[in-house]
Amino acid sequence: MSSSVEVDRDRQEAQAPADDPVTGPVDEAASKSGDDAAAGGRRGLTSRLRRRPTTSAPESTPEVVTGPALDIAPNDPILGYFHETPGVVDIRTLTLESPALDKMREAGVVLVVPLVTSGELVGLLQLGARLSERDYSKDDRQLLESLARYAAPALRLGQLVRQQEAEARSRERFEQELKVAQLIQQQFLPKTLPDLPTWHISAFYRPARTVGGDFYDFISLPDGRVMVVTGDVTDKGVPAALVMSSTHALLRETSPRLKSPSAVLARVNDLLCDDIPAHMFVTCLAMVLDPPTGRVDFANAGHNLPYVRGVDGTVRELHATGMPLGLMPGMTYDQYSAVIAPGEQLLLYSDGLTEQHDGNGEMFGFGRTADVVARARTGDELTDLCVSELARFTGADVEQEDDITLVALRRTEGAAHGASAPGVITAFTLASDPGNEREALARVAEAVVDLGLTADQLERLKTAVAEATMNAIEHGNANRHDVPVDVTVHDEGTQIAVTVTDHGGALGEVGTTHPDLELKLAGLQTPRGWGLFLIENMVDEVDQTMENGRHTVRLVMHLDPDATTDKEGPDVDV
Amino acid sequence: MSTYEVDVRGEPPVAVMALEGRIDRDAMTSLTMAYEAAVVADPPVILLDFTAVDYINSTGIALIVGVLGRARAEGRRVLAAGLSDHYERIFTITKLSDFIQIYSDVDAAVDGAATH
Repeated sequence: MSSSVEVDRDRQEAQAPADDPVTGPVDEAASKSGDDAAAGGRRGLTSRLRRRPTTSAPESTPEVVTGPALDIAPNDPILGYFHETPGVVDIRTLTLESPALDKMREAGVVLVVPLVTSGELVGLLQLGARLSERDYSKDDRQLLESLARYAAPALRLGQLVRQQEAEARSRERFEQELKVAQLIQQQFLPKTLPDLPTWHISAFYRPARTVGGDFYDFISLPDGRVMVVTGDVTDKGVPAALVMSSTHALLRETSPRLKSPSAVLARVNDLLCDDIPAHMFVTCLAMVLDPPTGRVDFANAGHNLPYVRGVDGTVRELHATGMPLGLMPGMTYDQYSAVIAPGEQLLLYSDGLTEQHDGNGEMFGFGRTADVVARARTGDELTDLCVSELARFTGADVEQEDDITLVALRRTEGAAHGASAPGVITAFTLASDPGNEREALARVAEAVVDLGLTADQLERLKTAVAEATMNAIEHGNANRHDVPVDVTVHDEGTQIAVTVTDHGGALGEVGTTHPDLELKLAGLQTPRGWGLFLIENMVDEVDQTMENGRHTVRLVMHLDPDATTDKEGPDVDV
Repeated sequence: MSTYEVDVRGEPPVAVMALEGRIDRDAMTSLTMAYEAAVVADPPVILLDFTAVDYINSTGIALIVGVLGRARAEGRRVLAAGLSDHYERIFTITKLSDFIQIYSDVDAAVDGAATH
């Protein structure tokens, strides 16, 4: 009877934490592979040992006995003994406290030949009692020793080949999984950034090699505000990417309906709790931005707190806390508000930035992040600085640990109005086609609907905008389709201003004569020419300016301070 | 203005031009045709019914001035009915209301034509 035990050191290392510490990860390989070199050797030995009794004792029936599956614990002293002992070991005379030794004896093993190569114990040949009544001879032992010398490197080679194949398969699976995770994740990152008047938005995303679960999104709300979300799924790879895609879908679905960040987070948390794997959760910051006023309403589910850089370079944090999503149902999230003034910049970021370590195990941290925020005036400067400072901090050879996401929102400074800079509510461009004044009228009316104009004022403003746009199309731009008319609506607090700009390079002659109905009726004046006259009578102020070939009419309507119209719009539910 | 309709009512006969939609450059042809249809029976009074009109711009004002000028030249009075407050204000600002008597609705205008 003979069998061999392979000592698979690599497997032992790879699986050590998962294996039962008592039995240990040493497996037997007596008949695993019929065509590998070691197995061939074993067969030869078995038949040779069996041939003698067949000739000398014809009455006995040779019995092929398969050696016992033997697990040797990594801390069993017998491993050390075999490793140190060259040649054949007779275990009958061995005195050693070893569970494996006891098992071998129980199984009838008599001789053990350690297979050692390059200083490594790679397997054992185990032999039972000779089938003849005689014990193993000196020749037998010499034969076994020389067999072991050849078998050990061959067995090791076989093990290495097998190990390499397994590693290649696992590497391939891993790379494949990374690719899938990357695909899923990038699918859900915004392809374009929203174009908000008076705001500059920049975003930066750099996945770690193993792909974390970072995401960000901009969701337009029906009232013209924008929900900005940044988040991070714990865990990596495909599982994180899948949870990220569900979270993304839930945020997209609930935001336009619920509008308030706190309500959205509470709802998404409840929905996620049903399905999320037990060990995973999602941190998320949700913020609703009202572009014309700079007001932000936000709530936080365990994500990093946003930084705001003031005009003077000071940095403040927008504080909000709450439980991450997907841990516990029924959570509520406090909602906070702040105003981002003209010239200020807001940064949302993931912990891939703050928690990146350098070679000495030190984290980049909040202090360095705040310093970078203080130094950067624009979003691009900010993302560039974050990347370069982080690279300087970690040094060249340190791998990026987690995804890094940066979203910067900068409110541009009002040109001439300083602190009370007018918020641009809407800005659009029209082609110079007759009839397009009606589009201008409709869009301006829609933009000012909640700003406190009386019904009468709104009608007057509409007529004035339509007339100014008509002038721009017909006279300023001479109905040339490809010459644009720019319309901008400003909320200036106590008044609303609409500017209409053409590119004709000359003041229209429409307003140059004062229309006189009697003269017109008498045929002494064209029946036309009412445009500017109407405008002047519709709004509270009219300015015309000419600059670089652009003619701008500015229409101003004063708001009645006693008007009771709610300028804030519907309250969000907190 | 997309369609027009002429109805002659009352004594003196009032030709009612029922205008619709927008009175702007696109209304030029239809307004002229409506006027032609209205004066076939040579009515002394023309009533512009703005009840179904939702938009009048400066070009529309010019068209109305044109109609008014022509009617006056032909010795006809012009009345208006159904103007919103906003457009009534514009008629006042442009002094059209000095030449066009404004009534709240068609019935009031037909009655008014009889008493003036």
